[in-house]
Amino acid sequence: MTKKISIIEKVQNANDLLAAEIQAQLQQAGLFSLNLMASPGAGKTSVIEKTLAELIPLYNIAAIDGDIATSIDADRASNAGATAVQINTGGQCHIDANMLKIALGEFELDNFDLLLVENVGNLICPASFKLGTDKNVLIASIPEGDDKPYKYPGMYQDVDALIINKTDLLPYVDFDMDYFKQGVQMLNPDLLTFPISCKTGEGIQSWTNWVIGQIKATKSS
Amino acid sequence: MHELTITEQIVEIATRHGEKNEAEKITDLYLVIGELSTVIDDSVQFYWDLIAENTICEGANLHFKRIPAKFLCLECDHEFRLVDGELTPCPHCQSNRMEILEGKEFHLDSINIV
Repeated sequence: MTKKISIIEKVQNANDLLAAEIQAQLQQAGLFSLNLMASPGAGKTSVIEKTLAELIPLYNIAAIDGDIATSIDADRASNAGATAVQINTGGQCHIDANMLKIALGEFELDNFDLLLVENVGNLICPASFKLGTDKNVLIASIPEGDDKPYKYPGMYQDVDALIINKTDLLPYVDFDMDYFKQGVQMLNPDLLTFPISCKTGEGIQSWTNWVIGQIKATKSS
Repeated sequence: MHELTITEQIVEIATRHGEKNEAEKITDLYLVIGELSTVIDDSVQFYWDLIAENTICEGANLHFKRIPAKFLCLECDHEFRLVDGELTPCPHCQSNRMEILEGKEFHLDSINIV
């Protein structure tokens, strides 16, 4: 005889619970943490390098770099002064809470002020896997095109801040900033936005000032 | 691609509830997927037979209930949906300020067991 069992359990529940554990662990350690997400080639690692160049003289910084293969990104973060660990996801298109939890075991978290998690380059999957970091940041870039918020709404709707990288290319590509911003506004009203160029350094200071403010606020809370 | 992980989690949740209710087999799973949830039901279905093999979920039918996205305009309180899956300003007052009311859901609603 068939029996119906009511469940109503979020499919991502196991990941979400682990993310909540990570959040508590990071808060306990008193460091500020960022999950950086973007499509491949948007400039995640370049943003990390620029951020490190500004902040390494001031803070101890840990970096966790997620990629399907290689340790290229962790090597770049390490060369820029961070204590870096690479996660090779072995084909998985995102970092999930379990992978991050394991990678965090490599660090003495109390010794750090800032944790930068570089997610796998992908505009779809990382949005579905909470990590427990303080803030989720999306890095868009000018050559990707102005239609990305419309095509990847899941990515844009839940982030806490948006970096628009490669602004130095605006004169050379057809990118309608008003159309792009309209899409962002519809999904995430009044989203904190930093237009930057890792190439020229434009806007980097404003971004790093925000990060510094967040580190200080985390320390004093 | 993340549907592989997600399918594993669906099997885990269903198996846990099935065993708790002393099920011999799970025959049906009812999933609720919001239009904005980035989960493709065809991909879940694709992985299902592989992942459910040798569990009490083996052979179970998947049923997907899709919840269309619903938005609330923050200027004029008008409620509206996507047109052909495309995001548009409020059709009533053209405002870009809106809140997502529905469409982000993704949960296992119920199962049938024998």
